[in-house]
Amino acid sequence: MFKSKIKEVILCFKAGRVTAPFPLGPEPNPPQDGYRGKIAVDVEKCIGCGGCANVCPPRSIKITDTDHTRILEYFLSRCTYCGRCAEVCPEGAVTMTREYQLATNDLNDLYIRSEIYMGTCGRCGRCFKPKTILDRMMVTGFQPGDLS
Amino acid sequence: MFKKLLDKAFLKSLWVYHANTGACNGCDIEVINVLTPYYDAERFGIKLVGSPRHADVLLVSGPVTRQVAPALRRLYEAVPSPKLVFAIGSCPSGGGLWFDSYATLGGLNKVIPVDFYIPGCPPRPEAILYGVAVALGLASKKVAPIISSQVHPEKILQKIEQGEMTHVQK
Repeated sequence: MFKSKIKEVILCFKAGRVTAPFPLGPEPNPPQDGYRGKIAVDVEKCIGCGGCANVCPPRSIKITDTDHTRILEYFLSRCTYCGRCAEVCPEGAVTMTREYQLATNDLNDLYIRSEIYMGTCGRCGRCFKPKTILDRMMVTGFQPGDLS
Repeated sequence: MFKKLLDKAFLKSLWVYHANTGACNGCDIEVINVLTPYYDAERFGIKLVGSPRHADVLLVSGPVTRQVAPALRRLYEAVPSPKLVFAIGSCPSGGGLWFDSYATLGGLNKVIPVDFYIPGCPPRPEAILYGVAVALGLASKKVAPIISSQVHPEKILQKIEQGEMTHVQK
């Protein structure tokens, strides 16, 4: 019995120190390629199609239309990091970053809001995206200050 | 002065009670992972205890089902003050996939006050340790709300003039 204890001690000493110094030191296993962390939204690429809001399983993306502006709100507190929004985005505006250290004491920190200038249909009043950048500039409301 | 000392001592030895309020076990596995020698949360004085009356910290995982809510309230009252509550995973922090289901209450903060949220589905062990470090004051939080609007037209005109962008789409 005593012999086995000595054996155990030798085994334990052989392993050396296994504890990673995280969070005071570097992270032991940084996320690899294809890791799905917090989403990032590039507002310049977004065309406001709403595909991400359509497929989001916890329905954490909210779309609000005001005149000439479509507001996309991402509530990341209930995001499950499935990556569907990045998958369906036709413009590649939504991407998954490798950021995972999201601990916070305030839920308002987990919030992304992007405002997109849109045209308004003269007949039905819904927002739509004009085809070219020149068209976009012709839309009233695109220039700051001409919404009155 | 005594209170100051108490506050300092409180963060040096956090005894943890882990409550599952209808989680899928993913977050529970990650919590156990944090307590293993590899991540070793015990170097911060964190210890898993078997009774809420011994605990300082409640680790809650799961979307808080309607069945478990009264028990959770009693559990919260059983923990002696001062106490901290950690919401681990997407389910307790925002309700997860079941935020508007008839069977859940949609998030832990609808039932008991929450001090720290660690979102993730499940959060990595590093993420949980990072949350602990934020609570202990060893690290500062990294997330902030992002509010962005589309570029101003002057910038687009500048880009067209410089030849970086054409206004004719193919």
